[in-house]
Amino acid sequence: MGLKTPLYEVHVAEGAKIVDFGGWDMPLHYGSQIEEHHAVRRDAGMFDVSHMGVIDVEGPRAREFLRHLLANDVAKLPPGKGLYSVLLREDGKILDDLIVFFVAPERFRLVVNAGTRDKDLSWMRARAAAFGITVTERRDLAMIAIQGPNARAKSVRLFSAPDAAAVLGLGPFESATLGGWFVSRTGYTGEDGFEIALAAADAPRIWQALHAVGIAAAGLGARDTLRLEAGMNLYGSDMDETHDPLESGLGWTVAFEPHDRDFIGRRALAAARPAGDRELVGLLLEERGVLRSHQPVITVKGPGEVTSGTFSPTLNRSIALARVPRECGASVQVQIRGKALAARVVKPPFVRHGRPLIGLIEGSSP
Amino acid sequence: MSKIPDDLQFTRSHEWVRRLPDGALEIGITDHAQGELGDLVFVEVPHSGRGVKAGEACAVVESVKAASDVYAPVSGTVIAGNAELAAKPELLNQDPYGSGWLMRIEPAAGVAPAVLMSAAEYSAYVAETAH
Repeated sequence: MGLKTPLYEVHVAEGAKIVDFGGWDMPLHYGSQIEEHHAVRRDAGMFDVSHMGVIDVEGPRAREFLRHLLANDVAKLPPGKGLYSVLLREDGKILDDLIVFFVAPERFRLVVNAGTRDKDLSWMRARAAAFGITVTERRDLAMIAIQGPNARAKSVRLFSAPDAAAVLGLGPFESATLGGWFVSRTGYTGEDGFEIALAAADAPRIWQALHAVGIAAAGLGARDTLRLEAGMNLYGSDMDETHDPLESGLGWTVAFEPHDRDFIGRRALAAARPAGDRELVGLLLEERGVLRSHQPVITVKGPGEVTSGTFSPTLNRSIALARVPRECGASVQVQIRGKALAARVVKPPFVRHGRPLIGLIEGSSP
Repeated sequence: MSKIPDDLQFTRSHEWVRRLPDGALEIGITDHAQGELGDLVFVEVPHSGRGVKAGEACAVVESVKAASDVYAPVSGTVIAGNAELAAKPELLNQDPYGSGWLMRIEPAAGVAPAVLMSAAEYSAYVAETAH
């Protein structure tokens, strides 16, 4: 018996196959993972993401605290805007990845992974006292992600007219508090949409209201194939406490400028720059089969490993993220069930806004 | 609950076996197995004419979640593989006991018949292994 979100009973009633995910009993799919994937790419789908941790950071020095804590720089943020960042250890290895929102002058909100929330909280609290910061875990909230080309148009019908205008006015990574809901134009699928944090008790009613406007339930299975097509890392698979952001495809999220900002992990990363020995790349399997995590990769520069692999329902081919020696060339082989199969090295994302971004035939454009 | 037809026999590795009038065996994976695997994306069936031994891996079914071998329940010769599955692996999810069949095997002469479970026995076996 694992932890349950406020929507657990709803998932069971909808026939979900429930699996353990980071200690939580979560819906894997409600019948067909592939159909749920297509619903998000072509129309609109919703995910229960209440297992993720919502953490509020408050105090007069909240901004200064987060500029020290996070590898990306919250000073870039205008009010309401969010930013993707990694949380690093002193040695530059990755504790977690998260989104941080600038909610109000002395208040920020962080959304962290389910399996790392307790670790993150103790890490933050151990450092918050020196800044006089209050760190509050918002266990009272549920969170629903609504994603797809029609996600915004459909879900906006749940808002009153003035709020609807504000919701539709949100730019990418912008957020607003409307009618007691924290709404952000963010997601983990490569499609447009919203993520809504709301009171846990309201979640089942709102889930049904979202069904009523034509939004299909989608499980963690589809969430994984969607994020991998979108080239987004999964914490614990593509990055963890044994890798730094430079070898995890996340160098772009580390703000080295301004040069005098002293963030945790800076010194270790500066020594590894401009690039480590290894990098995270995308792979497209040229043959039949499915790439899966931990499969060995053979390159001209030495061995590598698949960190996340799956079957891409949009491309009808297998895709993966893999950690390989830097500049290992355009083609590699992957050991799959005793056979060495050819794979092409590509730059993620594979799919964005419903469209393939890589040609399926070598040298072609999509 | 998954479907378990009374007129079929079953293995511990979740294949079903149908005895055809000519003595050949038709083999597939059970509704329970397809449900556990999730959406199938690749299916590899053996060529007809291939000799197989009882317990030998002779087909592969691969889903979004995992790859799984399918074992021959009896020694013999493959007389047909379901070629339609290459283009339509989803038939295995939609109709595991019908159009999702995997292969037909002509049992070798003189070999002992495979030890298989009845529908009732398989049903109890699934219930027991589910917990």
